[in-house]
Formats: sequence, C-alpha cells, structure tokens
Amino acid sequence: MSPDRAAALAGAYDGAAAATRRRAWLGLAVLVVLTALAARAAEVRPWLLAANLGKFTAYIAQILPPLTLGHLRGDLAEWYWGWPKWLALLGETLLMAYLGTLLGAVGGFLLCFSAAANVTQGRTVRFLVRRGLEFGRTVPEIVFALIFVIAFGLGPMVGVLAIAIHSTGALGKLFSEVVENIDMKPVESLTAAGAGRIEILRFAVLPQVLSNFVSYGLLRFEINVRGAGVMGFVGAGGIGQELLVAIRNFYYADVSAILVLVMLTVMAIDLGTERLRHRLLGGLR
Amino acid sequence: MSPPTPSPAEIAALRQRYPECFRPARRAHVLAGLAVAGLVALAAYAMVRLDFSAARLLAGLGRLGEFSLLMLPPEAGGRGWVFLHALAETLGIAFIGTLAAACLAFPVAFLAARNVVPNPFAHFAVRRGLDVVRSVDVLIWALIWINVVGLGPFAGALAIACSDFGALGKLFSEAVETVDGKAGEGVSASGGAELHRIRFGIVPAVLPVLGSQVLYLFESNTRSATIIGIVGAGGIGQYLTELIRVLELRQVAFLILMILVTVAGIDAVSGRLRRALIGGAAR
Repeated sequence: MSPDRAAALAGAYDGAAAATRRRAWLGLAVLVVLTALAARAAEVRPWLLAANLGKFTAYIAQILPPLTLGHLRGDLAEWYWGWPKWLALLGETLLMAYLGTLLGAVGGFLLCFSAAANVTQGRTVRFLVRRGLEFGRTVPEIVFALIFVIAFGLGPMVGVLAIAIHSTGALGKLFSEVVENIDMKPVESLTAAGAGRIEILRFAVLPQVLSNFVSYGLLRFEINVRGAGVMGFVGAGGIGQELLVAIRNFYYADVSAILVLVMLTVMAIDLGTERLRHRLLGGLR
Repeated sequence: MSPPTPSPAEIAALRQRYPECFRPARRAHVLAGLAVAGLVALAAYAMVRLDFSAARLLAGLGRLGEFSLLMLPPEAGGRGWVFLHALAETLGIAFIGTLAAACLAFPVAFLAARNVVPNPFAHFAVRRGLDVVRSVDVLIWALIWINVVGLGPFAGALAIACSDFGALGKLFSEAVETVDGKAGEGVSASGGAELHRIRFGIVPAVLPVLGSQVLYLFESNTRSATIIGIVGAGGIGQYLTELIRVLELRQVAFLILMILVTVAGIDAVSGRLRRALIGGAAR
C-alpha cells in the first residue's frame, strides 16, 4: 500500500471515529439536559433520600416478623394469624386475573382479525378497531376500575371488567401483529377455492396463530395477577384492600405476611406460565 | 395443468394402506374439547365466586352510558396549566425512574448472567433477588417509598425505579446470556483480562439491545406513572382520582385525552429511536 493511500485511509478512519464520538457526546448532552428537566419536574431530592434511607431499612426491619427458632411454630402461627381470610382473598385475586384474562383474550380474539392489515374487512373497520384497542390499552386498568366502581358498585366484578377491557386492548394488538405475520399462501388457496371469511379464518389463519395466541394469553395472565393484586386499592376486590389497610395503619407484621403471600404467588405463576409457554412454543419448532 | 384426480378405487386403496392418515383426529379433538370445557367451567366458577350478576351488570352499563354522555365535551375547567404541570411531572417520574433503574440494573445484569459469572450459586441468588423485586407491584413500592420520602413525585420515581430494576435486570441478563461468545473469546485469546472481555467482547454487542429495552420500558412507564398518583405519589393520577371521585367527568375526559395523546407521542418517538438503535443489527 502506498503511503499516500495509507494516510488517506487513516484520515478517513479518524474522521469516522471522531464522528461517532461526536454523536455519543451529543447524545450524552441531550440525556443530561433531559435528566435535569425530569429531575426538576419529579422534585428529585437526593439529599432527602440520603437522609431518610435509614427509614427505608428501618421500615423493612419493622415489617419483618419476630420469628425465633425456639417457637418457630407459634411465631409463624402469630405472623399468619389471618391466613384463612388471606388465602380466600388470594384465591379471589387469582380468579379475577383468570376471568379478566379469559374475557380479554376472547375480546382480543374477536377483534384482532379486523385490526390485522392482511385479513381485515376494510380500511374504516380496521381504523376504528385499532383506535378502540389503543384506547383500551392506554388507559390503565386501575383507571377503568375507578370509573367502574362508581358505575357498578364495589366488588371483584369491577376488577374483572377493568382487567378484561385493558387485556382486550393489549392482547388485540399483539394478536393482530401475529396475524399480520402469517404465511398468506393458505389464505390465497382457500380464497381461490371459494371459501368464505369465517372458513378462511378457521382453516387458513387459526392453525398458524393459535399457539402464539395462547402464549401471549399466558403472558398476559402473569401480568394480570400483579394487576389484580392492587385492584383492591380502589375497592375493586382481591387482596389489595387488606394490604392497603395494613400499610396505611402500620400493622407491620401483616404487611410482610400479605406481601410474602403475594410475592410467592406471583413468582409461582411466573414460573408455571414460563414452563407452559416454553413447551407450547418448543413443541412447534 | 391440473393434477390428476384419483379414482374412487385408488382412494380406497390408499385408505387401506394408510389408515391413520384418514382416521379423524379423535384424540386431538377430545383433548381440545376437554381443555375448552375446563376453561369454561373455571370461568363459570369464577363468575359465581366473584358475585357476577346480570342485574348489576345491566344497571352498571346503563350508568356507564350516562357517564360517557356526561363526559362530552371534554373541558379543562380552567385548570389547563395545572393539568399540564401534572403531566410534566408524570413524564419526569417515568424518565427519572427508568434512568435510575437502567443504571442500577446494568451492573447487576452481568452478575446474573451465566456467561459472566460462572458460579451457579451467585447468579441464582442474584436472579431470585431480582424476581423478588419484580414481583412487588409499582403501586406497593410507591406506598413503601411514601413512608420514606413523604408524599409527592419523588416517591413515585423511586417506586418506578425499584419495580423496573427487577424487570430490566432480568431482561438485560437474558440479553447478555444470548450474546455471541466469539468476540469475548477473541479478547481473552489475545491476552485480555476478564473485565476487558466484558468491556470489549460483550458490552458493544448488547448495548443497542439494552437501549431498546430501556426505551420500551420508558413507554410502559409513562402509563404506570399516570396511575401512581392514586396512592399519592405525584403525577396526573392524583387529579384523575380526585375528579373521578367527585364525578367531574368532563375534566376526567380531558385528562384521559391528554394521557392518550402524550402516550401516543412518546410511543412514536421511542419507536423511531428503537428502530434506529436495533434496525441495523436486527435486520
């Protein structure tokens, strides 16, 4: 290689490296400015956090139950003094999550084909369905619950409806994306053979998408278990109300007891659905 | 040219030779039917257990119809600036919370990754720790932080930082584990230390993925930050709760519209950024 060419190449390399570095610095500057603005808006006070961090650890220490090895049984019984009520509420929470997910999945299933660009009935229908799903997805479920509590009265039914509407929005979008990614050849062949819309959806689309639908449904169930756990904060059923009362009234041992129950349930459900999903998707490949 | 049509005799011969291909898939049908029946039965039990009643449902739907009429037209009720300020607070909470979570999760993710820390006990412990943090809902974290730093948006930002720390830690460590190991091997082979391997073999490969995950969580956090005010941790949720309780439905509709527009805007911006980040690598 001639020295001229080597120098030109080295110069080009330096130029490219400098451009990358300039971009990185620019990005960093933007990030710093945004952080400063956000910190101002969110009233971030690090010194307050530093001063009160002791309170956080103290709080954690306070809610931990007084378990001693000597009377482990007695201490556990005292810690979980309300277990029949709590387990019943936990069951209610799980049922809320289940029913909400199922209704949401049915809603999402019915709407996803109209929202998918490749099998929709028309542009107007698609636009309307997509905006509707977006609305259901963007408004958090707990806001729906707040409004529904006034309309339907307190109770777990409200929580189920709120979860169902939010899940319809979220699952409808995911389902429609799955439908958009299918292989179109079976659809074309059924169309050529003179099949109607329902037949096309049943025999050309459904076999390709069903396992993904179930997998997304399970994922949503996992999310909804968490969501159902706090529905009680606004009076929409489940274990959330007990937890809120315990935290607000400083029933320290109760806070940890309920929290541990909720955490164990959520982790068990996570693990279970993950296994199921892997088997479901793994069996196909 | 059409394919030759088999004659009835040929079909009968085929049927005799491959009976299993012609038999209706009875087992699969029965299994599918049982699964659906189980799902429906559980749903019916849940409806009974959770006090579903058609009368309440109908009455409530009627009232919801009234509410939606009362929501029109949406108006700010002269509090537009207050609402805008609350919206800015919400965005600030989401941004600071996500950023803090990402900064915390970045080093921890390497500890939880199998190809960085080969000791199974270490990454098992880190993973279960992240699971514990993740399994607590953001509203519960908010309640806990309110006890520490008092009411206000700072508690909300801390709550989002905590619950996202768990989520991002898990996502990051999965990204680190799926990275191609060859670059790291090359660094080690040319005499690089463990830290060099991580810095030059792993970090450059995962950074775009991590960036896109952070952006994705920022999108989802703008949604969470709108509700965190329900327990008093700042943001637009505080006004939303108050106004719903006193049935100022026009202002509620205004607030929901504001949230919808903001979330759509954030989604659009962050979607473009995400595509720019991983577009070159993934496609």
